[in-house]
Amino acid sequence: MRYLVRRVGFLLVSLWAALTVNFLIPRLMPGNPAEAMMAKFHGHVNPSALKALEVAFGVNTHESLAAAYVAYINNTLHGNLGISTSYFPLPVRTVILRALPWSLGLVGVATVLGFIIGTAIGAIVAWRRGGVMDAVVPPTFIVISAFPYFWVGLLFIWLFALTLNWFPLLGGYSETVTPTLTWSFVGDILMHAVLPAFTILITSIGGWILTMRNNMITVIAEDYVKMARAKGLKERRILWHYAGRNALLPNLTGFAMSLGFVISGAILVEYVFNYPGVGFMLLQAVQSEDYPLMQSLFLLITMAVLLAIFLSDIATAILDPRTRSST
Amino acid sequence: MSALRALGRALRGAGRFLRRDKKALVGSIILFVLLMIAIFPNLFTPDNPAAEIYTPGAGLSWAHPLGTTSFGQDVFSQLMAGTRQSVFIALIVGLLSTVLSVVIGITAAYSGGVVDDVLSLFTDVVLVIPTFPLIIVITSYVKSASFWLMVAVLVFTGWSYGARQLRVQALSLRNRDYLLAAKARGESTWYIVAVELIPPMTSLIVANFLGAALYAILAASGLQFVGLGNINTQSWGTMLYWAQNNEALATGLPLWALAPGVAIAVLGSAFALLNYAFDEVANPALRPVAGVARRRRRPRARPVKVGVSDATLSEVSA
Repeated sequence: MRYLVRRVGFLLVSLWAALTVNFLIPRLMPGNPAEAMMAKFHGHVNPSALKALEVAFGVNTHESLAAAYVAYINNTLHGNLGISTSYFPLPVRTVILRALPWSLGLVGVATVLGFIIGTAIGAIVAWRRGGVMDAVVPPTFIVISAFPYFWVGLLFIWLFALTLNWFPLLGGYSETVTPTLTWSFVGDILMHAVLPAFTILITSIGGWILTMRNNMITVIAEDYVKMARAKGLKERRILWHYAGRNALLPNLTGFAMSLGFVISGAILVEYVFNYPGVGFMLLQAVQSEDYPLMQSLFLLITMAVLLAIFLSDIATAILDPRTRSST
Repeated sequence: MSALRALGRALRGAGRFLRRDKKALVGSIILFVLLMIAIFPNLFTPDNPAAEIYTPGAGLSWAHPLGTTSFGQDVFSQLMAGTRQSVFIALIVGLLSTVLSVVIGITAAYSGGVVDDVLSLFTDVVLVIPTFPLIIVITSYVKSASFWLMVAVLVFTGWSYGARQLRVQALSLRNRDYLLAAKARGESTWYIVAVELIPPMTSLIVANFLGAALYAILAASGLQFVGLGNINTQSWGTMLYWAQNNEALATGLPLWALAPGVAIAVLGSAFALLNYAFDEVANPALRPVAGVARRRRRPRARPVKVGVSDATLSEVSA
């Protein structure tokens, strides 16, 4: 119970930190470029919406920093994120909700799959220590993990889309297909997702393999694994139920800590493939100087990562009775 | 004299490490070559990398080993000239964030109590906030980030992982007898930290430097690729930016876009390979076991040497 309370507390503290950083950045930067953006809004937006934007970016405000901070937190908690300049006059919330499903589908699935596959490979490689797989797999993935995500995306585009013509080049779905719930449309979406998903999978999998392998090596030397062997249990049962289960715990913590890194790479993968998700939208917002959209997307991505970390903490608690019973 | 002898011993130790570990050897050679190119780019750059003087979009030839850009610049020259900024950003960010990690991680572990609680919480919060979106937001307000601004942002976002690891290791060393003995002798805190606490942590600190450098080169080239760096300087990331903006892949100039990526990957691999080798130094359980398997198979032909290997012996005498 105490563990859970601590994790909830950490979630709240880190959320608050992200909100505060988001509030401070526009105010700390020299020559607030948001002012130029605000000038465009005058006369186009109703006064209360303008006021909310002014509070968010610290423009034209005669109120104290503390008062602006309180108002900003209040606005954000109520989902009042302001108005997008590049999708004017749509509110930021509407614009983001369009991109969100794409990212959840692509990045979410690819990240979780990468973790599961990588962990399994890492466990098997460690089990057959000194074998052929152990000699080849770790060094290969050390090198692959040093490749920039976006560059692997470029390579795939050149190889599989431009040269071999196996997969579509860009976007989330073909412009010629009408977005309806038919099999052909779903197939079209899947075809578009293959290359970006593989890019994320291949570049993120190495980290999970290496950490799981190292955890397994430590765990396999433990007495309870020897005991299981002495009892004559099946190899497969020892591998997954005895060693694997315990080696997974530190890997879950590792998952939580490296998630931000994977998401960062996924942003660039979306950008390379013009995939209509949150990451691509973030970089478009930067290029069109749509500061309200940009800052809200930063908050959203951060919140998604923090929530995922929280969930992996809960999973740790379920897998490891020690965290539940400890003082 | 003793300093010279210590240096000689360190060099011999490094030589032994490289001979024993192929991963470390390959990583060191790559790093050395890239460092030479970064320090003396003119020796390796046949042409002015910015000059738009050749046939645009030329293919491979002896004059242009990697072809030319659609502006008529020599791709190979750009690649060589871009080495300096990319390598330097990785090394400088790696160094500075390691210093920050050591200071914060060890201060937390050594002080304990409230200081530790506050510093650990701060470290964890910085760790979980996804860095790349944060860097994008910060640099987007500056338009084109200068070299040193990029270094500052990457250091600020890159130190936390190392600080966390170093804190854990320092905590485990904190109550060892030799540290307590130093305290009992009445040594100053500075002496204890610098002479007793940090030396046993060297391999973890080096591993952290390599990890931070890898993070720096990947993040920096990502930023430059999307146009948030200074696009008028020479670096691998900005090469990728220009290649992408001129649709190098679609217009039949794939090498323009692929070559800088390979260069980044080669530098990154050097850091990753060395990092992996240092992991094995820090954690002996991870060292390759091929030798063990061989011994088990032929127990009689070669009697197992019970005791210590040459390496451990010389470590003891040193």
